[in-house]
Amino acid sequence: MRSEANESRGRAPLSLRLATLGVILFLHVPMAIIFLYAFTTDDATFSFPPPGLTFDWFGVAVHRPDVWQALLLSLRVALIATLAALVLGTLAATAVYRSKFFGREAISFLLLLPLALPGIVSGIALRSAIGMADFPFGFWTIVIGHATFCIVVVYNNVLARYRRTGRSQVEASMDLGADPLQTFRYVILPAIGTALLAGGMLAFALSFDEIVVTTFTAGHEETLPIWMFSQLTKPRQRPVTNVVAVFVIVLTAIPIFLANRLTQGGSE
Amino acid sequence: MSGGNAVELSGVTKIFGEVTALDNISLEIGDGEFFSLLGPSGCGKTTSLRLIAGFEMPTAGEVLIGGRAMGHIPPYQRPVNTVFQNYALFPHMTVHENVAFGLEMQHISRQDIRQQVGEALEMVRLPGMEKRRPKQLSGGQQQRVALARALVNRPKVLLLDEPLGALDLKLRKAMQLELKMLQDKVGITFIYVTHDQEEALTMSDRIAVMDHGLVLQVGTPHEIYERPATRFVADFIGETNLIPGEIVAINREVAEVELARGIRLKAPMVPGATVGRSVTLAVRPERISLAAAPGPEGMNLIEASVFEVVYNGATTSILLRLESGIVLTVRQPNIAFAVEPSDLREQRVRLVWPIEASSLFMEKTPVEQGKA
Ligand SMILES: Nc1ncnc2c1ncn2[C@@H]1O[C@H](COP(=O)(O)OP(=O)(O)OP(=O)(O)O)[C@@H](O)[C@H]1O
Ligand SMILES: [Mg+2]
Repeated sequence: MRSEANESRGRAPLSLRLATLGVILFLHVPMAIIFLYAFTTDDATFSFPPPGLTFDWFGVAVHRPDVWQALLLSLRVALIATLAALVLGTLAATAVYRSKFFGREAISFLLLLPLALPGIVSGIALRSAIGMADFPFGFWTIVIGHATFCIVVVYNNVLARYRRTGRSQVEASMDLGADPLQTFRYVILPAIGTALLAGGMLAFALSFDEIVVTTFTAGHEETLPIWMFSQLTKPRQRPVTNVVAVFVIVLTAIPIFLANRLTQGGSE
Repeated sequence: MSGGNAVELSGVTKIFGEVTALDNISLEIGDGEFFSLLGPSGCGKTTSLRLIAGFEMPTAGEVLIGGRAMGHIPPYQRPVNTVFQNYALFPHMTVHENVAFGLEMQHISRQDIRQQVGEALEMVRLPGMEKRRPKQLSGGQQQRVALARALVNRPKVLLLDEPLGALDLKLRKAMQLELKMLQDKVGITFIYVTHDQEEALTMSDRIAVMDHGLVLQVGTPHEIYERPATRFVADFIGETNLIPGEIVAINREVAEVELARGIRLKAPMVPGATVGRSVTLAVRPERISLAAAPGPEGMNLIEASVFEVVYNGATTSILLRLESGIVLTVRQPNIAFAVEPSDLREQRVRLVWPIEASSLFMEKTPVEQGKA
């Protein structure tokens, strides 16, 4: 089906195809280099071509406690920020969709703002607010920082799904005797299920590699992105960073790919 | 038909911002009745159903179901079910799950649910489709699922919002008959919304004709068609000829109306008619016949010239112009004609109809118009 459609549209001119190729190379060659140097035998400087290839660095990375600490912290933050975003984002989308309360547009705008603002602004704002509240910087402040933009992702996804589904199914459910809780469970949740999954995975991926806001709210904690950034200045065992990077690429690519598939499936 | 009221609207007004969707309407709908709300688009039919179902609250007035004031009782606690205009089936559920939904909310045993769902699907003649999803059904089949999903709960009242609107003409006619027979069988009160006057006439025990948030007339199809209460009702239900004139004489039960140029027609008296009043005389096209000679006493007689003859299949419509310039339509069934209708073109003919087949409507006086 897909190839037929392409053929019927004709082929793109050569210049356009070359440009596309150039962009793809530009985006993916650095990634390939990261992959490549995860296997190099040279542990301090990256020279081309690598003097030799080895799987040793995977073993080394597995036995480094700082890698594990950073990884586990990032996973825990992403998980909790995503869960909070799923609950709060769904509630916010439901409220904004269902009712016509005064200031609805303003609320919607305020919810979207954290995603539009530069991370550096959100970071400074959060840092001074949390500092003023005398709250110790650490795990929970990272979670709060991440939740601000994770909520937006879920909110947006769920609201879009509500708009597409319409009110009539909710009314049909109430008409058939389902109270609001049952309606949510049996009608609304199945309708927004894939939107939640997609939003959740996207939020998780965003949180997992966030560094700007995190820098301002982490205190002494080191999430995986901060750990990797700090490794740039430490020449010891450099390929370990690459090994972790490969791991991160795989870990974030899968959910983004799946989220993409899910939202497309939902619109059919 | 115990004589009790299944549903009562008493002085109900519904205002949305600037729009008055319903303006102080009162209706009493009897137990087991097939009751239709009929009117043009935007007249407030859907709003009336939504007030009964509990999706909207009246701005003023009261909704009673089974004699009980509904107040703020939410939709899921009202003994009514709705067949929505767009069906509103749950796309993620199979046909069986859709129909079973209401029963499951009542925590009925799995075995009973299976049996009742089976019966309901049989009733709407959709057996063997349990495992399909709504998307895999035709429009007519979806409509039947929506009907089964509502009926299976045995509501006191079933609300139907233009349930046949999306179906093609042939299927619609078949479903009209089926719905009517189904209603006889289950004995549930049906409140049926439609803007199709023919559908309302065919199916209903009684009809409420609405316009601009007002109920203009409530009556049996026969009453509504034969004795329309207002000019709007006469015009909206079926086809009608409207002839303007002025009352020039009143002899007990009969008013004499003069058209322009001294031609007179007679019609039964109505309250409020006085000599000198401007009126509209209405007569249905099928009540008029072409006459060779003046009819007996008790008939109206008028001359007109034919300018068009239209063949409609079962009937033929003859369009005529009165001397005053008013255009009339006469419709005759296509059975043995004295004259071939097409030969009538450009002919002068005599039209006759019984006096009681005419209705009179007062034109508003300038004072009344100012009030409206
Ligand atoms: N939620 C609402 N907000 C504002 N106005 C509304 C709302 N619902 C209905 N109306 C208005 O109330 C009036 C009556 O609407 P309603 O839907 O009852 O008409 P209807 O008779 O069902 O028409 P149709 O045959 O087109 O379905 C219309 O003027 C409509 O615009
Ligand atoms: Mg409507």
